[in-house]
Amino acid sequence: MSLPEMSALFPTLQEVIFVLFALLIAVTSLIAAMAPNLFHNALGLVATLFGIAGIYFMLEAEFVGVSQILVYIGAIATLITFAIMLTRGMMFGRTSAMNRQGLAGAIISGLFFVVLLGIVFQVPWPNVVADITDGEALIANLGALFVSTYLLPFELLALLLLVALTGALLLARDR
Amino acid sequence: MAIDYLPLLILVITAMIFAAIAIITPTIFGPKRDNTQKKQPYESGMIPFHDARRRFSVKYFLVAMLFLLFDIEVIFLYPWAVVLRDLRWLAMAPMVFFLAVLIVGLLYEWKKGALDWGE
Repeated sequence: MSLPEMSALFPTLQEVIFVLFALLIAVTSLIAAMAPNLFHNALGLVATLFGIAGIYFMLEAEFVGVSQILVYIGAIATLITFAIMLTRGMMFGRTSAMNRQGLAGAIISGLFFVVLLGIVFQVPWPNVVADITDGEALIANLGALFVSTYLLPFELLALLLLVALTGALLLARDR
Repeated sequence: MAIDYLPLLILVITAMIFAAIAIITPTIFGPKRDNTQKKQPYESGMIPFHDARRRFSVKYFLVAMLFLLFDIEVIFLYPWAVVLRDLRWLAMAPMVFFLAVLIVGLLYEWKKGALDWGE
């Protein structure tokens, strides 16, 4: 057997890492959905988000990956844990992961799975390597676009954040 | 290339394994002689006077939300910082305006007393 044939038998390093991340996402998202303690659900969700960040890095989408870790794991996870700690009933004891909409939810998610499966097998996925700019150049491009082509949306975003800031202040005031 | 991040992944996995060993080994080999005082949570030498599982003040939620907003701001600083050296004032001016708008928000919350922790 020649060397290329031999190497075809073993998974590449990328494949191994992908499977590890996929397993992490599958297991932790099950924890996020099924664990009886709401706090454990939140921790499971954090681990799921981490796994998805890993997938982003594998797809060469470094900026999305970094945003995922900084915003979702850093801030939104904190927000979720705080929301749980603020809610009296949820901090104590067990909560049920099921409610009366369980059956409808199962049907809808089942149908959605069938649709996804159909897409995976029907769409003729291109089997060529796309021409992707190197990670650092990509982020530099993004930064240049923020201050040139997308200057107005960029500054409007500051306004959006300002509105969100005042909104948060209005909603979460103690008195 | 994604493979450039392999050292990072190895570091993360090593840290996880190390943490797992540090937790599992004492659980298996360490002596377990419990008493009430040992089971108390350690709070810098203070004697705990209340159950930790109580409802938190809504102020913490506000802090978390403000953190989230400024975290999103940081995300935009990151690609901007990469091009700052090349574009100079062309990049500096938009970011100054961007931050100025957000600082208005910060001043507003300051004035409203959202950063005030006194009772």
